[in-house]
Amino acid sequence: MKQLKSQIINGLEQDLRFDGRKPLDWRKIEVEYGISKNAEGSARVKFGDTEVLAGVKLSVGKPYPDTPDEGSLMVDADLSPMSSPDFETGPPDIKAIELARVVDRGIREAKTVDMKKMCIEKGEKCWFVSIDVVTINDGGNLLDACALAGLAALKDTKIPKLEDGVVKYGEPTKDSLPLEKEPIAVTVLKIGKFFIVDPLVEEEDNFDSKLTVTTTDGTICAMQKGGNGTLSVEDIEKMVDIGIEKAKEIRKHLAKKGAK
Amino acid sequence: MAYPKRLDGRKINETREIEAKAGIIKRADGSAMFKIGKTVAYAAVYGPRNLHPKFLQNPREGIIRVSYAMMPFSSKGERVRPGPSRRSKEISMVTEKALLPVLNLEEFPNAVVDVFIQLPQTDAGTRCAGICAASIALADAGIPMKDLVAAVSVGRVDEQVLVDLCYDEEAFDGKVADVPMAVVQRTGEISLLQMDGEIEKDQLINALKLGKETLKKIFDVQKKALKEKYHAENGDEE
Repeated sequence: MKQLKSQIINGLEQDLRFDGRKPLDWRKIEVEYGISKNAEGSARVKFGDTEVLAGVKLSVGKPYPDTPDEGSLMVDADLSPMSSPDFETGPPDIKAIELARVVDRGIREAKTVDMKKMCIEKGEKCWFVSIDVVTINDGGNLLDACALAGLAALKDTKIPKLEDGVVKYGEPTKDSLPLEKEPIAVTVLKIGKFFIVDPLVEEEDNFDSKLTVTTTDGTICAMQKGGNGTLSVEDIEKMVDIGIEKAKEIRKHLAKKGAK
Repeated sequence: MAYPKRLDGRKINETREIEAKAGIIKRADGSAMFKIGKTVAYAAVYGPRNLHPKFLQNPREGIIRVSYAMMPFSSKGERVRPGPSRRSKEISMVTEKALLPVLNLEEFPNAVVDVFIQLPQTDAGTRCAGICAASIALADAGIPMKDLVAAVSVGRVDEQVLVDLCYDEEAFDGKVADVPMAVVQRTGEISLLQMDGEIEKDQLINALKLGKETLKKIFDVQKKALKEKYHAENGDEE
């Protein structure tokens, strides 16, 4: 392992990574909408070999007592054992829980969906938005891919018909979700003194510390520091700058959704 | 309630449109996608690999472990709760049994071959699609096998015996039987058989014969998917 890490650092000293990228390059990003017709919204995201799917399901329930005039939203993630030899079957482990919670926080804290508009009848009825992300192939950087897939699935969502309080699944209205913001998660890894984005699996196995920065047009809405190493304030400043800058490139791929 | 013509206009021995692809998941040792109509199954194979906990190990032969799951957003109705259910556990088990007859398990004692099946979109026939995908994925992984397995559902809607029931046919308001079946290609023997609904013995036998004929076409699709992948890997132009 130590040898692999010194190889990674040697490469970074020459501005180069195993797959020929520069430290702050993304792999090829692909966003495909509407990949599961039974979901109210869905999307597939690929970062190079990394592939994840996300789907949105809506249901109607009673608002939570502390937010009687709002709908609610939840993100769940399945690090499917299909996608990596390192993932096991069974209840979500801490890695899956952390991933789901970081994606959830990004979407929630950015106020992506106007939850007031998701209330149907104050204190009685509201929409519940369930976002499920499933990993298909782990080629590294699942978190950023899952966050993007979750957002793309929200953008793809059409609210189904509601008759006497019963959801008519398979009968979508023309209404999209009331989306206000587009939070983008960018995870910046620190290896030695170098910073990289969109890590490969080998790089994820050998980093010192990392910071996931979720932003909407320059405003930070969620962060998560990870790894066993520490970060200085200067590091964090650099990483936030990288996060904001690199999110712009991802936004271009999201913007392609228009005609549908 | 007569059923003179199928809801989607298919002939009685006609499946929905089928598409298959091998090698879709790079991290896996073998993988495949199998699509029939609106039902889509992914399968990934890992192994043979070490089996833990150790008491599960069999020094005489390896074991196969199947895990079937519908993605939470895959179903026509409400969200499917993630995690194992009674249904998914049973389907995992019968899928294992469907695949077992073609595997040379004695070639990897103490080890396990894991098969993960996930469905992003469903419209009836999910276990059959899962078995078709798993069979391609096992071959793609190079697991020692005697043969391929394919599966399709057969059954009756009203007085009509037919193949590959879609969701709306399963929900037909009248006499319906759904009979998922899996067959080993060369021997023609049946390795999975379940049924629910209502069916006469003659109809059942006719349905099984119809299913066996239909599966010949599905075996061709499976073999084509495998050949396409290996042509692509060897850089051959098709």
